[in-house]
Amino acid sequence: MLARGLRDEGFEVVYTGLRQTPEMVVSAALQEDVDVVGLSILSGAHMTLLPRIVDGLRAQGMDDVLVTAGGIIPDVDIPVLREAGVDRVFGPGTTIRQVADYIRENARPHENG
Amino acid sequence: MTASAEASAREGSSVRGRALADAARSGDRRALARLLTQIEDRTSAAEAALRILYPLAGKAHLVGVTGAPGAGKSTLVASLVGEARAGGRPVAVLAIDPSSPITGGAILGDRVRMQAYAGDRDVFIRSMASRGHVGGLATSTVAAAAVLDACGFPLIFIETVGTGQSEVAVAAIADTTLVVQAPEMGDEVQAIKAGLLEVADIVVVNKADRPGADRAASHLRAMLTVGAQHDRALGDRPRPKRPDVLLASGMAGTGVSEILAALDRREAKHGAGSREQADGTRLARAEAQLAGILAERLHQQLWDPERAAATEAVLRAVADHELDPYAAADQLLVSVAKGGRDGPTSAT
Repeated sequence: MLARGLRDEGFEVVYTGLRQTPEMVVSAALQEDVDVVGLSILSGAHMTLLPRIVDGLRAQGMDDVLVTAGGIIPDVDIPVLREAGVDRVFGPGTTIRQVADYIRENARPHENG
Repeated sequence: MTASAEASAREGSSVRGRALADAARSGDRRALARLLTQIEDRTSAAEAALRILYPLAGKAHLVGVTGAPGAGKSTLVASLVGEARAGGRPVAVLAIDPSSPITGGAILGDRVRMQAYAGDRDVFIRSMASRGHVGGLATSTVAAAAVLDACGFPLIFIETVGTGQSEVAVAAIADTTLVVQAPEMGDEVQAIKAGLLEVADIVVVNKADRPGADRAASHLRAMLTVGAQHDRALGDRPRPKRPDVLLASGMAGTGVSEILAALDRREAKHGAGSREQADGTRLARAEAQLAGILAERLHQQLWDPERAAATEAVLRAVADHELDPYAAADQLLVSVAKGGRDGPTSAT
């Protein structure tokens, strides 16, 4: 649903499917040269998986990629995740427009010409 | 921007393009990915990189894979990638999905079936949105394939949804075109309507474990045989290709090695060593690429800030039916050739 909504906002969304390992996420982000990685986690494993993804991206030199997460993430975990390098955690009830606006304001710009 | 600032910006992106090309060539996958973004964005860095890489390309086997949505293209390509990797060959995939004509957005979902290769650096998968550029999708696709080719991928799959004319065109610029069909979809007639069978070198009846697959395959073979008999009556007129029909199941992996073998046979027959039929494909590819670049260059010239007002005036004159579009086109071409910036001259 988010992918569809962001498409309607004019984004090109590479959808990789469910149950991705951190390695799969990093590899897809690298090959697709994405500007933003959006992660949805419902399993409760966000405290281990998200930092591993951020570290994996950094190890590949992708420091300028925006990392965002959503799903079921308790508020108390958010500061720790931000510390680990997750740029933004979207809570339940976030609208697609809010996500789109955040990405437009914060993702690295593309060069033209 | 002043003229000198513009010139130095252009110089900067040339340097960056060349650096990306060198890094990508030496096996830096991040550089390769960034270069493909430049190609998609059609930047001057991409142009600088292609000037280095194009002469190094021309060795890979470009395989177009197309077919109706739901025919199982991605799953089949994923199986073909696995088969090629089992033989130790690096493989690249360009998966092209349509952009929304309204918002420009796109959902690129072909990776879902190919994520198993995440740990393998000799598999490179890149999604591309069709974007509706001036000059068409073919230009970016051929350029992206040339980059992957120059970076050492001998086998490149270009996957498109076979529903639109531009997708068929992309399939047609490949060395070999594979059309994927599923039984039970009533696809045979649809495929003829869409012109898909005419561009196919190999037709794969996928989901061969489903009932009706054998019947679909023999139906197709029969149809193609009738076509082949009719070829003689066509004499020297252009004739559609007469593809092989193979059965496979991308999901179960059956028939996949046979497809790869058929691809390799074609490559051996028509590939870099030999010419003839392959020559036509190469020329078509070069033409598609050049036509795209010419259209783009022309577009840039026409909408150059110093000429845009004049172009706009001609456009307006055509919209108001004061000038016919052919005369308008000739006027614009002459004006670009002269480097002038005249408004519309009234028809005489």
